[in-house]
Amino acid sequence: MGDGLRTEFAGIAFKNPVVLASGTCGFGREYNEIFDIQRLGGLSSKGLTLHARAGNEGIRVWETASGIMNSVGLENPGVRGFIDDELEWLNGLDLVNIVNLGGHSIDDYLEGVELLNGVDLDILELNISCPNVKEGGMNFGVKTQVARDVVRKIRAACRHKLVVKLSPNAEDIVSLARACEEEGADGISLVNTFLAMAVDVQKQKPVFENVYAGLSGPAIKPIALRMAHQAAKAVHIPVMGAGGIATWQDAVEFVMAGASIVQIGTGSFIDPFTALNVVDGMEAYLNSRGIGNISEIRGVV
Amino acid sequence: MSKILSNRRVSKDFYLMRAEHANGARMGQFYLLRAWKHYPVLSRPVSVFDADGATLSFLYKVVGRGTEIFSGLEAGGEIELRGPLGNPFPDVTGKVAMVGGGAGVAPFYLAAKQLKAGHPQCRVDAYLGFSDDAFLVDDYRQVADRVLVNVKGFVTDEIEPAGYDHILTCGPEAMMRALYEKCERAGLAEKLYVSMEKRMACGVGACFVCSCKTRDGNKKTCKDGPVFKGTAVFG
Repeated sequence: MGDGLRTEFAGIAFKNPVVLASGTCGFGREYNEIFDIQRLGGLSSKGLTLHARAGNEGIRVWETASGIMNSVGLENPGVRGFIDDELEWLNGLDLVNIVNLGGHSIDDYLEGVELLNGVDLDILELNISCPNVKEGGMNFGVKTQVARDVVRKIRAACRHKLVVKLSPNAEDIVSLARACEEEGADGISLVNTFLAMAVDVQKQKPVFENVYAGLSGPAIKPIALRMAHQAAKAVHIPVMGAGGIATWQDAVEFVMAGASIVQIGTGSFIDPFTALNVVDGMEAYLNSRGIGNISEIRGVV
Repeated sequence: MSKILSNRRVSKDFYLMRAEHANGARMGQFYLLRAWKHYPVLSRPVSVFDADGATLSFLYKVVGRGTEIFSGLEAGGEIELRGPLGNPFPDVTGKVAMVGGGAGVAPFYLAAKQLKAGHPQCRVDAYLGFSDDAFLVDDYRQVADRVLVNVKGFVTDEIEPAGYDHILTCGPEAMMRALYEKCERAGLAEKLYVSMEKRMACGVGACFVCSCKTRDGNKKTCKDGPVFKGTAVFG
């Protein structure tokens, strides 16, 4: 592989700009049995919370036209479980180790950050799409002011590079992106899943126990692309684009819209080799167009 | 891609597809089947009905868009098969009962065949429950010592757990739970192995979509299962 895909993101070198998205790749072990995940630029871990979570009851995945809805509910081993069982392995890999952290209160987030401050990792990706249990369950990432407060407190506490993962359910994605930049985030990633719903017409009930669930996959790609474009135009910090990327062309669209890194999530369920195919396809595209480095086409639209 | 050798309807909603595919599949394992490129997004996890090293057969029920597409495939066409995935039923011997309901009868053709081949002294009784017409019963008679069929009733009524060293089951959760309770009342819960069905996405243990609650905490149905000890799931 040449250097055409080498990308710097917030001072961190990625061998290529393709990252497996949080929640779709566990801690990398399973996909590493299918292909060498070190061929990718990075991996964003399953979303962690301070304490281990068993996740949601009932149906957790439901297919829709060109997409899926999920309601996994952040089942994860907790920050300590991750540090004990997964971190050393991830740090031993030749790829950028992005650790995704969620929380259901400011204190949860801060305690999680404190624990992660004690270990090595490359980037902390902050998931602010979690319900704030102390504020009636409103997602932290909906109102700019609420999100700003979380990012400010975590920035002050966090010694790692900090990327904030934005929710597309935000009231104003542009002001949210700007708030992250103003509060000192090293980058942003977007988008997380869209709040969605399905009804079981036989049972005359919502499919999901939580009624609403997160929509992902190719169905959301054009909206995710628009949001990544808007956010990238509004800030100077680098952007990781995500949302329905299933082909190298999708990935190049996100780069042209301004993303430095692209994340592959649901695309891996369509084909476990999607991320690798995106790497190969992007490289072939650069070569065929005589483009020396991917940064030359970043943000051209 | 694998070449489809046959794909025939065996009852109102069920089809049996056979495809060329070198494999070492064991009883109770499954494959992710896909006969389209991007949409539907997810591949379909389907249990192995039969495997002979060079071909694989899948018995599937048409329940949605994916299986509807499968049902329209013809011999000579192609399908993508990824697997074998998951853990097989344990390689037991002695007197073995296999209790399947609906699509849950699927793994027991290969299970009967492989247990009998590996252990000539093994005795297999297959209990097959159908909610509509029975199908493939003669095929099961070729591989099991005895086949008991129940149509539109409760197949679990037919079995006396005390008569067996091991009991393997697959089917609707309510059916498997009823069988577990029957075994437990007889003090024989340890004999039972259950194969769980959950909606899956990645199929390899990466996405936490198919979590199954067990006595030992959540397990991934696709990776840690689909076969579990009955006591782990229902105990």
